[in-house]
Amino acid sequence: MAIAPTGPGRPVALTSGSLSLASDGPVHPNEHAGHNPDFLWRNPEPRAAYDVVIVGGGLHGLSTAYHLAARHGITNVAVVERAWLGNGNAVRNTTVIRSNYLRDESAALYEHCLTLWETFAEALDYDILFSQRGILQLEHHRSEVRDGHRRIASNLLNGIDAEWLDLDDLARFCPILNLSPDVRYPVRGAALQRRGGIARHDAVVFALARAANRLGVDLIQNCEVTGFEKVGDRVTGVITTRGRIGAGRVGIVGAGRTPLLAAMAGFEVPIQSSPLQALVSEIVEPVLPCVIMSSAVHVYISQAHKGELVMGAGRDPYTSYAQRGSFHVLEDQMAAVLELFPIFSRIHLLRTWAGIVDVSPDASPIIGTTPIRELFVNCGWGTGGFKATPGAGWLLAHTIATGTPHALNAPFSLERFETGALIDEHGAAAVAH
Amino acid sequence: MLLIRCPWCGEREEREFHYGGDAAVKTPPVEADDRTWAHFLYWRHNPAGPFTERWVHNLGCRRWFIAVRDTTTHQISATWPFGANPEGSG
Repeated sequence: MAIAPTGPGRPVALTSGSLSLASDGPVHPNEHAGHNPDFLWRNPEPRAAYDVVIVGGGLHGLSTAYHLAARHGITNVAVVERAWLGNGNAVRNTTVIRSNYLRDESAALYEHCLTLWETFAEALDYDILFSQRGILQLEHHRSEVRDGHRRIASNLLNGIDAEWLDLDDLARFCPILNLSPDVRYPVRGAALQRRGGIARHDAVVFALARAANRLGVDLIQNCEVTGFEKVGDRVTGVITTRGRIGAGRVGIVGAGRTPLLAAMAGFEVPIQSSPLQALVSEIVEPVLPCVIMSSAVHVYISQAHKGELVMGAGRDPYTSYAQRGSFHVLEDQMAAVLELFPIFSRIHLLRTWAGIVDVSPDASPIIGTTPIRELFVNCGWGTGGFKATPGAGWLLAHTIATGTPHALNAPFSLERFETGALIDEHGAAAVAH
Repeated sequence: MLLIRCPWCGEREEREFHYGGDAAVKTPPVEADDRTWAHFLYWRHNPAGPFTERWVHNLGCRRWFIAVRDTTTHQISATWPFGANPEGSG
């Protein structure tokens, strides 16, 4: 298989080596032709108006456009992206996928997402290297063990797979994990969701952009929204660096930049934008068979298909739009990794980066209508939006197409912060915020 | 790591501090409506640019103060004790 040129707008080729690791998805669509295409999507000039304009070309924005076209037959759609596709959080996340959330509303939402992941490669006809290798939430304190059992019971009641692993089970499931009692916070057990795992994030970008493009969606890069055009309390278009674009309906899918976009449109979202740092090691042989999360020593880690160890932890405390964070946050993460995996002590760190995450007051997303008519929003996924890519787009597309939220996203309204019907997932869902 | 100038202790590493967020939050009167209380509880300013915010030097003098930090560069242009804003508020 030849390697395609990798100029601007051209995706890096999947090599035959990385494909050989993909045992559970379809082959790359161009595998049979023996080459990669020059492009996966058109680069159109924006038209004067669209039925729907999606602001933000990240994974959720692309997924929204794809689902508008594929599920609702709405193909006169533009996605406007201030930079380029495959930029920002779409490729800065750590690709963790799971649905083992505590609250009923969250369980239904994230399980919908996970169910869609299980057929996403077929739906998009593209190998996204979705791998259900299992996700472990380590419990170090007695209180965590109780919380873990509570969460497992809650998951099972909601029809989500969950099980408890004691130390003997853990030693078999992840042999390199340090289970010694002679550490500051010994591991006491773990909650396991076997259907959790990872996918290749940039392949998901390529897959969604290609699929949306094929269905007629215009993907417009280097097109920053600088304002919204309104008549009364109804949005009628967006003002961009590439001119005015009329719109019947608009969806804001701006992640960390959503507060800035909402302010332009004339409403507010209760979002705090902060840096979340992540890092990868050099490439090593397959050694880590699952995703591991620990709130007590505070790190999560998995191994990418290519071989890098991918790690992350808590966000930096302050608000920021700068896509970088403080070094001591990374030092703390590395200390946690070495407590769990002394075997990694001589592995080199290769790269670090930060993405800007949009954290809501209850650590649950906001998907629904806004005070502006025909304007919809999807934000507040905070540190865990990648896992929701199929479902978030599915639900926002439903909300835009029908004008009203689906039963799954109705509880995740902007109004809940006034009514008090919060969906508290701070720490309760094994989330390391 | 940020270097933050505590108004009492001088410049210290970020690790000694704890972040307190938006300094412009004001408690509404008890008779305020639900919307006003919701904004008090959950809405915080989140600008791209200079941001007036609270920090506490919790591993030092343990006192709170105000800082103006640019959220696009992390540059801190000024810090002052509560109530000592040269421009009158905060």
